[in-house]
Amino acid sequence: MSIIHVDVVSATEPLYSGEALCVFAPASAGELGIYPKHTALLSTLKPGEVRVETDKGIESIYVSGGIVEVQPDVVTIFSDTAIRASDLDESKALEAKQRAQEAMENATKSQDISATQAALAESMAQLQMINKIRGKKI
Amino acid sequence: MAAGKEIKTQISSIKNTQKITSAMKMVAASKMKKAQDRMLASRPYCEKISNVIGHLAYAHSEFKHPYMNSSEKLQCIGIIIISSDRGLCGGLNTNLFRHILKQVVEHQIKGIKVDICTIGKKATSFFKNSGLNVKSILTDLGDAPRFDDLLGTIKVMLDGFDAGEIQQLSVAYNKFENTMIQAPTIMQLVPMVAGESNNMNHYWDYIYEPNAQEVLSALLVRYIEALVYQGLVENIACEQSSRMVAMKSATDNAGDMVKELELVYNKARQAAITQEISEIVSGAAAV
Repeated sequence: MSIIHVDVVSATEPLYSGEALCVFAPASAGELGIYPKHTALLSTLKPGEVRVETDKGIESIYVSGGIVEVQPDVVTIFSDTAIRASDLDESKALEAKQRAQEAMENATKSQDISATQAALAESMAQLQMINKIRGKKI
Repeated sequence: MAAGKEIKTQISSIKNTQKITSAMKMVAASKMKKAQDRMLASRPYCEKISNVIGHLAYAHSEFKHPYMNSSEKLQCIGIIIISSDRGLCGGLNTNLFRHILKQVVEHQIKGIKVDICTIGKKATSFFKNSGLNVKSILTDLGDAPRFDDLLGTIKVMLDGFDAGEIQQLSVAYNKFENTMIQAPTIMQLVPMVAGESNNMNHYWDYIYEPNAQEVLSALLVRYIEALVYQGLVENIACEQSSRMVAMKSATDNAGDMVKELELVYNKARQAAITQEISEIVSGAAAV
């Protein structure tokens, strides 16, 4: 009896790893049944249930989309942890950009501060020098 | 005994500081354990997805994704810099920044511009005035960063790559070797560096569903995100372990200082007593 090795992983934790008789995955073009010696395949997944049939029973794992890679004796399923929608990603990207722009604008102000601080440190050093020459301590 | 009193207050203030540093050490130690677990939990995804990328490099796909091989001339490169939000963690951030600046200068000598994206408050405040173009900023991720939080920042950089503004993208973070050693690392994300070969030299290719372009872009974007996320959790583990080490040595140093000061204090006390006795004795002798 031939078996196939199955790994289900998400970015934050491994979800399942073990031998199986066959695997069912919710591919974007329809459910995919994978038996051992399947040809190499790469497909996106839609949200749904991954069923792993082992000789001990059926293991069921929920994935919220992702990618499946099939090699003749290994199946790897990459489950998404984040909810993906192009407009959602877009708004996050915009936010990140905005923060950068604000920081860049503020940078000019703080540059003034650091320039003043440098000037202050310089004049402090000069004062100290003068006092030293006069034989006094600050 | 005026000097004695001053020394006493100094000793007690050092002891207070010592209490704080030793508490911080213990907090960092317990956080480090959790951070390491998180780092180990995210490793399988990273390894598996790198394997797939490795396979892809040897698959004879008709469609070549721009992330896989780009032969364009370098004009501008992007770096995602990962740092901690908080300080008091030894030279962790400074070492990384020095490493990055060295690279940046090398690039600038060759006439290549550098765009950056900062994650963490320390990098943000350090690179704000560096004159480099900061494309996006992400701070306050906390000890357990969520994967979603990263997506926007990464998208900004990848959009830049797609639009041809940058021709290369790297991520800079501290690699966790062990508790004592953290190695500043700059890793190239795009264009991808081919992984190890598994002796798959015969002609083969994947079946792509729904089509090669869609699957590959989904896969490559996830791969890049996984690498950045991995860098981030490693950096957090580094931060905690580095803070633990720094606070441990601060506590030890405080202990040494207290010992020295106590010696000085005792000497001063003894000198004062001796002086008093000799005054009394000489007084009695005069009578």
